[in-house]
Amino acid sequence: KSSVQTIGEEQIQNPYTELLVLKGHQDIVRFLVQIDDYRFASAGDDGVIFLWNAQTGEKLYELHGHTHKITAIAPFSSSDVTEEKPDLIITASADRTVIVWDCASGRQVQKVSCFHSTVKCLTVLQRLNVWLSGGSDLCVWNRKLDLLCKTSHLTDAGISALVELPKNCVAAAVGKELIIFRLSASNNGSEVWNILEVKRLVDHQDNISSLVSVNDLTFVTGSYLGELIVWDALDWTKQASECNFWDSSVHPDVQTEIKLSQSPHESSVQHLASDEECVFAAVGKGIYVYNLQMKRVIACQRTAHDSSVLHIEKLPNRQLISCSEDGSVRIWELREKQQLPAEPVPTGFFNMWGFGRANKQANQAAKKMQENTPVYFLELVGDLIGHSSAVQMFLYFGELGLATCSADHLIILWKDGERESSLRSLTLFQKLAQNGDLQLKL
Amino acid sequence: MISAPDVVAFTREEELEDDLYREPPLPEEYSVPLFPFSGQGANPWAKVAGSKFTRDFILISEFSEQVGPQPLLTIPDDAKVSGTFDLNYFSLRIMSVDYQASFVGHPPGSAYPKLNFVEDSKVVLGDSKEGAFAYVHHLTLYDLEARGFVRPFCMAYISADEHKIMQQFQELSTEFSKASECLKTGNRKAFANELEKKLKDLDYTRTVLHNETEQQKKANDKGYYTTQAIEKANELASVEKSIIEHQDLLRQIRSYPYRKLKDSEFHPYEPECALDRADTGSDQDPTASDPAEPGETHLYTHVPSYTPKLIKAKSAKCFDKKLKTLEELCDVYFFTQTLDQLHHIERTFRGDVCYLLTEQISRALLKQQSVTNFLFEDVSFLDEKPPEKQYRGCQGLGQDVIDEKCSEESLAPKVIISLGSYKSSVECVPIKMEQETEDSEEPKMSESVMSEHQENLDYLDADIKGSISSGESIEVLGTEKSGLTKSESQASLPVIPSPQAGRSKVGSRRTVSEDSIEVLSTCPSESLIPEDFKASYPSAINEEPYADDDEGGLRFTPRANPGVDDGQDDISKEESLVQVDAACCIGKESPNFLEALPELGQKACEEDGVVRIPPQPYRPAEQGLRGGFPSHQGLSGGLLPGELDSRYLTGSREVSKSSLDECSDSTSHISSAASTCSDRTPSPAHPACAAGERHRKRAGQNALRFIRQYPFAHPAIYSLLSGRTLVVLGEDEAMVKRLVTALSIFVPNCGAYAKPVKHWVTSALHLVDFQKWKLIGLQRAVSPAGVTVLHALSRYSRYLSILDADSKTLRCPLYKGTVVARLADHRTQIKRGSTYYMHVQSILTQLCSKAFLFTFCHHLHLPISEREPEESVVNRRMNFLKHQLGLANEDIKIVQYLAELLKLHYIQEPGQGGNPLLRFDYVPSFLYKI
Repeated sequence: KSSVQTIGEEQIQNPYTELLVLKGHQDIVRFLVQIDDYRFASAGDDGVIFLWNAQTGEKLYELHGHTHKITAIAPFSSSDVTEEKPDLIITASADRTVIVWDCASGRQVQKVSCFHSTVKCLTVLQRLNVWLSGGSDLCVWNRKLDLLCKTSHLTDAGISALVELPKNCVAAAVGKELIIFRLSASNNGSEVWNILEVKRLVDHQDNISSLVSVNDLTFVTGSYLGELIVWDALDWTKQASECNFWDSSVHPDVQTEIKLSQSPHESSVQHLASDEECVFAAVGKGIYVYNLQMKRVIACQRTAHDSSVLHIEKLPNRQLISCSEDGSVRIWELREKQQLPAEPVPTGFFNMWGFGRANKQANQAAKKMQENTPVYFLELVGDLIGHSSAVQMFLYFGELGLATCSADHLIILWKDGERESSLRSLTLFQKLAQNGDLQLKL
Repeated sequence: MISAPDVVAFTREEELEDDLYREPPLPEEYSVPLFPFSGQGANPWAKVAGSKFTRDFILISEFSEQVGPQPLLTIPDDAKVSGTFDLNYFSLRIMSVDYQASFVGHPPGSAYPKLNFVEDSKVVLGDSKEGAFAYVHHLTLYDLEARGFVRPFCMAYISADEHKIMQQFQELSTEFSKASECLKTGNRKAFANELEKKLKDLDYTRTVLHNETEQQKKANDKGYYTTQAIEKANELASVEKSIIEHQDLLRQIRSYPYRKLKDSEFHPYEPECALDRADTGSDQDPTASDPAEPGETHLYTHVPSYTPKLIKAKSAKCFDKKLKTLEELCDVYFFTQTLDQLHHIERTFRGDVCYLLTEQISRALLKQQSVTNFLFEDVSFLDEKPPEKQYRGCQGLGQDVIDEKCSEESLAPKVIISLGSYKSSVECVPIKMEQETEDSEEPKMSESVMSEHQENLDYLDADIKGSISSGESIEVLGTEKSGLTKSESQASLPVIPSPQAGRSKVGSRRTVSEDSIEVLSTCPSESLIPEDFKASYPSAINEEPYADDDEGGLRFTPRANPGVDDGQDDISKEESLVQVDAACCIGKESPNFLEALPELGQKACEEDGVVRIPPQPYRPAEQGLRGGFPSHQGLSGGLLPGELDSRYLTGSREVSKSSLDECSDSTSHISSAASTCSDRTPSPAHPACAAGERHRKRAGQNALRFIRQYPFAHPAIYSLLSGRTLVVLGEDEAMVKRLVTALSIFVPNCGAYAKPVKHWVTSALHLVDFQKWKLIGLQRAVSPAGVTVLHALSRYSRYLSILDADSKTLRCPLYKGTVVARLADHRTQIKRGSTYYMHVQSILTQLCSKAFLFTFCHHLHLPISEREPEESVVNRRMNFLKHQLGLANEDIKIVQYLAELLKLHYIQEPGQGGNPLLRFDYVPSFLYKI
């Protein structure tokens, strides 16, 4: 029996009532990046990058150049509006090259192929107008693709994640370690850059799987073991940690990392997202909301999906979207539940409607009830079923809708049917007016 | 779908197709008296009861130089069809109206025999004694062995109904011209082959003779020529002359001007590109660079290895030699092509003329509804002759001419075309009048068109003169020339030129036809013209001045583009159409519809005091609904929700609902009776529909069975109408396919492509399939593959309605509306598939019109003022749907979906496929069981 919450066919709050299937990729589509308000790029294992119009679903460009699968992609939009620099995207591939593309013309700007290993992550430091590539070493490049500086060989496994920190620092996840580097330009003003290792943090027990910056003061890491550590971004100290996502019976405040003999897959932190207040973690099949101020998980869906959650994102309207290997995308809403001190709920109570989980959460938080803190729960408000295979990632485009990419080689654009319908009406009357067929009798 | 073609006759109840629903017979006193001659196969509608054949047929005859006129074959090739009709006698008659001197031989002043490229002639003749009326198409084929190298043939469409021949003359002529063109193309090819063989023979003979002469010369030492030698020399000379003659013939046949191939769709090597060809073809340079020429020449020159024979000098033409058959005369390929075309003609024109006319009218109307017609109509005819081509004249002016203007001008070229085609057919009518007709707004364009015509006509004159002078010709109604000019109009709505103009002119020329044969085309004898015709057509004998004719011609041409002032008119017209739709097949209402058309003519003819106009062959009238839509000006501008008079929408709905049963009953009678005359096959009025007709009949029958058999037919049909994909799941392929066919008539098209229906799928469905197909037949299999199929179904169940054909269950959303109830009443008295199909189409048309109104009402979708909140627009929209359009519950969703399709179709740039999108709702499904 599946303990996954289901919602049924009636989904009043689900705005996505229209979809467009974008075909083009020949293999798993793994990455979607937004270029500007209406364009996005997709890339995957076929080594081809596609540029799409998010409104019409039109394929803008097809970028060929890589011979192997794409391992990282990053948009490099011009920071200066005045300079009219074109929007670029940088892609790294398993063929050990990095290519910079011009989004406006769909052409390859430059190709770098001096890497000793596959570049696994790319980060753009807008402030410094440079970008970093992380493989077995960390390289710093400027916009013109000059190699400014690089670190020595760090590890064979390579850097798995990079995040920008204040004060010209970056944090790189290398295996279990988190290494802080500092970038410095030499004082004489010439283009001489330096990168220095500042600190190594070894608090994780397992490989770090995700790394996300919350705000200027904090960043968060998650590991395959389900550890979640909140770091101070200035002095790189551990502020809080959470490692017991899989077991609610453990006291949430316990700092000691307890590892239970559980399949690592079940508890690994697949993806992290955050807003100012909370960190949203995709852990195994579940999603968890960790409040930074309260330093505890305030809401969770232990089995939000039938299988691992691969990507999670917070929408502006208190909604949360998650996608999973089971091929579904789910929309959640974080709701406040004004509840009297919770009556004890037997642990392990599961019912398929999912409220048990919320109750459980309440139970877990029961001790806090005295403090009159609000209790939150995640309510499923809709699910999007379209892909026939794992949904790797999605991109939220606000009004324009939602783009999801999947292992079934497809990208689906989900749209608000009402809005699209009225847009079409608008276009229709515009076209009528254009053709001169419409003569208003006023 | 607007017409009710079955309302033709009312005399005989036919045995029903569906034995299940056989009704008890009516009591004697209520039954309609049967037609007295309703014996097996009798045609109660034959205007002349004495006709000796049971149905229309096509006769091919030849004027054989050996035995005189003789029938060659009939189509359909069935002895029963012609019955006791004397084919030999009739062949004699039709062949004796042969027309032009197909003069071949040595014309005075010419050294060599000259091939005359004789144009076909088209004549209508009647034989009241036999009760037969015929459209006769004469053509000449070349045969080297025949006298004068020509063999006269004719193809005749023979019908007992004079009006059919008269009213369908233009169509018949077009179609027969195609057949004739095909025959002649094949014949030219064969003739060229034959000539080449003959040339080789001659060449060989010459060589032999030459050698013999040389030998004789050598052997001859006496210094004088023997008579033998002289004979040989003469023989040689005659052979050489013969060679030159034949070479000349070959050159002539090869340089045949290809102008007429323009609409030969039979030519296997060239695509049909009517307009361009028409232009190049009319350049009239017989030897000049014609694009098809090289290919064709190559075709001719390609001759398989041939061993030449010695030709006996003076191979006397003897009468016992066997003439080539028609099949030999033409290439076998072309012969079969021609037969196909003739069969196609027979299928097209069989049945009652009323049926043909209504069908043509409704088709013409449908074509004008270019905004909505793609939804439920057969797409086949929609793209067949796109009306845009009609406006070539103004399109040629350049894109900068704005559309609106274009639509105004578009009338001018049409006038020319309609007059032109007739003029050309009456040999040498002055063309000046054209100037008068359209000296109006677009001088440049009219000039260009004019000159083109002028050229054509000039040429025609030149070419035809010979034939006129022959003196033998009785009446030439239309020559190939009319095909020339027609080719332009042909691409458009088939234009029946105004009979007034045409006839009176022809009449004025009619001087010599005092033969035994009544040539009906020139002078329809009074007695044969029904009242209606008499009134509107000035008698052909009254010779009217040309100017008047011209006016008359104009009057019948489409009314000028309705301006803003006419907006109201258009609305009312549209209302009347809608009304008729709503009250589908209610007998007393249907005249309304018929009046809708004459109304235009009436308006135009008021000066004459001539108001009565019979149901006309359709004319390209009602420009209003064309492409752009001037007529919507009134709508979108003036129509606030409150202003729309919804009386007819709601009111007539009631009427139709209440009277649905009896009227449908009567229609079923009518239709069953009507089709008896056409061999129980409804007359397909259009080529492309021939297959579609059968399909639609079967689909209608299956659909009828479906709605009777399945109590949950309503939600299933609702699913289809609201764009939710319906999957028919079953083990038995035949059963699933039958269900899919039945349901396919309810599926709206997404664009001008094939219906989004997939009859049989065996693999698991995917999301992309639901975008493409709205009705899918799916195999239920027990194999592991079958499991994944079912798994996919349950996964995507929110996008699907699933009809399980095996367990007879349906899983789909609830339906509580009223539209589908009218569409699919399981107690319906309709018994015939085609009737039910019509019924469905009429209700769907009604839905379309609602969707159209909804889509194109500006204020329903956009705020009136800038500050108006979105909610009030939404309110207005819902109000309109509920109260103005009288839609309830789920019916709203149907109209919204159709509106969405209309929008997409209109917005979509031509040529660009556009991304198919899938719209869906999050609504709960229910399981229905029997």
